[in-house]
Amino acid sequence: MAERATSFQYATLTQQRETATLGMWAFLSTEVLFFGALIAAYINYRIWFGAEFIAAASMTKVALGTANTAILLTSSACMASAVWSNEAGSRRGAVWWLVATAALGVAFVGVKFFEYSLEYGERLVPAVNFDSTRYSGATEIFFTFYFCATLLHALHLLIGVGLVGWLIHRIGRRGVDDGPATRLIGLYWHFVDIVWIFLFPLIYLAGRNG
Amino acid sequence: MASFPWWPQAASGYASEVDFLFGSLLVIAALTSGLVFFLLLFFANKYRHTSNADRSGTTKKTWRWEIGWTTASLLIFVGLAVWGANLYVHLYNPPPDALQIFVVGKQWMWKAEHPGGQREINELHVPVGQDVRLVLASQDVIHSFYVPALRIKQDVVPGRYETMWFQADKVGRYHLFCAEYCGTDHAHMGGWVTVMDARAYGDWLKAQGGEMTLADQGQQLFRRYGCSGCHESGGTVRAPQLEGVFGSPVPLSNGSVVIADDKYIRDSILDPKAQVAAGYAPVMPTFAGQISEDDLAKLVAYIESIGPSGGRAAR
Amino acid sequence: MLAPPNLSYLNAKTGIRSWLLTTDHKRIALLYFASITFFFAVGGIAATLIRFELITPGPTLGSPDFYNRLFTMHGIIMVWFFLIPSIPATMGNFMIPMMIGARDLAFPRLNLASWYFYIAGGIVTITALLLGGVDTGWTFYEPYSTFYATGYVILTVFGIFLSGFSSILTGLNFIVTTHKLRAPGMTWYRLPVFVWSTYATSLILVLATPVLAMTLIMLLVERVFHVGIFSPQLGGDPLLFQHMFWFYSHPAVYIMILPSMGVISELVPVFARKPLFGYEFVVWCSIAIAGIGFLVWGHHMFVAGQALYASLAFSFLSYLVAVPSAVKVFNWIATMHEGWIHFDAPMLYAFGFIGLFTVGGLTGLFLAALAVDVHVTDTYFVVAHFHYIMVGGAVMGYFGGLHYWWPKITGRLYPDYWARFAAILAFFGFNLTFFPQFILGYLGMPRRYQSYPPEFQVWHVLSSAGASILAVGYALPLFYFSWSILKGKRAPANPWHATGLEWTTPSPPPPANFEETPVVIRPPYQYDREGNPLMQADNG
Repeated sequence: MAERATSFQYATLTQQRETATLGMWAFLSTEVLFFGALIAAYINYRIWFGAEFIAAASMTKVALGTANTAILLTSSACMASAVWSNEAGSRRGAVWWLVATAALGVAFVGVKFFEYSLEYGERLVPAVNFDSTRYSGATEIFFTFYFCATLLHALHLLIGVGLVGWLIHRIGRRGVDDGPATRLIGLYWHFVDIVWIFLFPLIYLAGRNG
Repeated sequence: MASFPWWPQAASGYASEVDFLFGSLLVIAALTSGLVFFLLLFFANKYRHTSNADRSGTTKKTWRWEIGWTTASLLIFVGLAVWGANLYVHLYNPPPDALQIFVVGKQWMWKAEHPGGQREINELHVPVGQDVRLVLASQDVIHSFYVPALRIKQDVVPGRYETMWFQADKVGRYHLFCAEYCGTDHAHMGGWVTVMDARAYGDWLKAQGGEMTLADQGQQLFRRYGCSGCHESGGTVRAPQLEGVFGSPVPLSNGSVVIADDKYIRDSILDPKAQVAAGYAPVMPTFAGQISEDDLAKLVAYIESIGPSGGRAAR
Repeated sequence: MLAPPNLSYLNAKTGIRSWLLTTDHKRIALLYFASITFFFAVGGIAATLIRFELITPGPTLGSPDFYNRLFTMHGIIMVWFFLIPSIPATMGNFMIPMMIGARDLAFPRLNLASWYFYIAGGIVTITALLLGGVDTGWTFYEPYSTFYATGYVILTVFGIFLSGFSSILTGLNFIVTTHKLRAPGMTWYRLPVFVWSTYATSLILVLATPVLAMTLIMLLVERVFHVGIFSPQLGGDPLLFQHMFWFYSHPAVYIMILPSMGVISELVPVFARKPLFGYEFVVWCSIAIAGIGFLVWGHHMFVAGQALYASLAFSFLSYLVAVPSAVKVFNWIATMHEGWIHFDAPMLYAFGFIGLFTVGGLTGLFLAALAVDVHVTDTYFVVAHFHYIMVGGAVMGYFGGLHYWWPKITGRLYPDYWARFAAILAFFGFNLTFFPQFILGYLGMPRRYQSYPPEFQVWHVLSSAGASILAVGYALPLFYFSWSILKGKRAPANPWHATGLEWTTPSPPPPANFEETPVVIRPPYQYDREGNPLMQADNG
């Protein structure tokens, strides 16, 4: 992404940095519509099926979901600290905060897959072992959405972990990053976090307001 | 081969109204494109680079022109939108006592079921001058019931009822098409709508036999599928009695109220837990995937026949 | 006349690697151009076979399944592998940096990646079509496409999904480039309209394509795993698929036409040697079209069973989106007033565009009128309407732009006589092909029919006759363009007396576009009273 020297198409380093930042924002707007489409479809069925969907939503593991929310929010705080350390010129601080960020990201995915294993045990995984004698059709659709949304989110998170790993390697070898890369990856990380902030109430809390 | 058909037949008053709107649009389109083409050619000739036409005019009237043509387009467009919408709303308001015919689309045929029990495939016989309401269902994919001579078309989405209505006022045979792509023989999913005068229609109904009315066939199915076990008095499980229900408001367990029309009856058979009548336990099993659209139509016709008005389907 | 330049982007490096791994926007534009031409030919062959099939009312060439695969292939290839990338990825790629005075796009490597995504998607899709194709129509309506369609639905959809990345990366690159890489003095209101309209297009690419991506993912999940999402048999809502599909696919129509309108907004002032009439209006009309274009998708569903009030709103909004298009046409015409009009081939294409787009746009008014739409939707009336917009409009603009910038891109002049002949031939061929289809549509001929009632035959025969003329009109440029590369006269820097920055640099341009960064001193399309160009930047 970011070269240390100005790429030939830019006049100044500032211009290059601003350009990269705008590029990331444009990319995130694409991502908003990507997840937005899924969430819109989900809400459509939430209204369409009503009570049946809420019943299905109450089968999710809210404790694990809440734990994961906490993990992800903490990871975002770590990411912000990493950006701050990097800008303050602290190579050690940046690296360690990034390590913490990546570790929390991995922990999130670990919890998520533990959750999947519980759902597998309850025969709630559509197309794999869904038990349609026990659960209604609306439940199957709910869990189809659940797996699509959380798997796509986990995929985004793993890409984020990869990027953070790359950044750790880079800062560790070359010293603090004076280009836009750290900020951009930070932006991406926060975005993935925000997606979860929307998914969490929609999936876990929908059926639990009474 | 030698003849050039320009304009489709119009077999209903509604069709003529659509034609009038279409004709008006044609006039507007002709005038607008005429103006555009004229100016294009006129300027192209007058201001060709070799001409020494006067070019001293000022071009500072930009705003006045811009606002002028923006407003003009907007006003014309809004007028057209209202006109088109007004006619369209008409299609959503079927008259109350129309002759009701069930039509089921499946790959690749249209099956019609008349209230008297007469059935036909890729043909639809209707009386002239009488309101006809079609209740459309699809057994598999999306089809679209299209009669060009009546200027009406309705997509038939599987899993739900769609309705359309018309009043043909000209005796004749008119094309019936499927207008939504539905697979291999999409182009052959069609036939004819035959509009007949009242006597010929009566004769046709008789000739077709129809040993039992649709509602009577529905009553048999009502027993065969075991509906009567609960929904008739003396049943072992407490379930709503269905006499007099059709067309009346039904309070639901979630507090809302629906009108028990053909769509509600059908949905209640296939997905009983979605809209449970207030005061009853959601114990009815689903019949999704077990009853074909043909049979559903009969059941609906039966429920309708025991409705408060006796049901138009019973006539 | 300038001396032929020694060093250009074409000869700066040689060898196949220097092309396949290039990050030069001009070379990537040519990579796109070559691949898009290939797909245009494939889609065109499918169209030819379709018109051949329809000459007789019964089967002519093959089985109904063969025909169904044919029109599906035509639609998929033309929409996703020709029209959507056509102008943006070729002329946009080449010209945006040149028109704003930049040395390249903001992210050259992403630009190359976008071409590879496009090619990967194209190869996957072509593979699916060669294996036996797919019979869903380009719209992939549910539940047909998941549980009833035969053929390679999964592979085809995956190919389209891949090509979506190419759209997004291209759009993202253009947005950032337009914001950040403008030369000194190139303010927003000094941008050529072509840049504005590709900018508006890019907004749609970035915001609508991800919705298609998600829709296709859900379609794939449903088809591969047999779980319910859209299919009513599994409890889903097939209309939700249509809503999501058209939420992308209607704005996609503007992805196709907006760049073309941008090209026409370049051609008309240049060949009338006069400033564009109402520059600000034309510019803001592009943005308005892109914005309102997101709110009209439901007009594809007037008979699909959506709620009455939704239809009423969508009808009204569809009329609203027609206003800015009409305003543009009026502005182009007003530009010609008191101009010095030259009838070079690009201008003939522009005339063709204005004429055909006017007809296409006006018939759009018919379709937006709810009661008329009920009758003519899913008939040949719709087929004729969108071909007037996409072929009469978008493709005419594509060829107009190609003829306009060809000397700049290749450094060679093509034979103008042949080019004018091809433009006129395409115009008449097009009208003969598609005007009869309006009549067929109102008569009630449904689309996607291999067989039809015999009374419709006469119009089909006329249409097929027109198609053969149109095919010649589109094939001719292939020959004289190829000829021009080998034997054409060398092009001067500014053969058309245009005013934009791209004409201040030699033809073909040097690898970094400009010897030194230009400084922009005036708006585009400035001509004095005698029709002499006042360049946007004084060539220093």
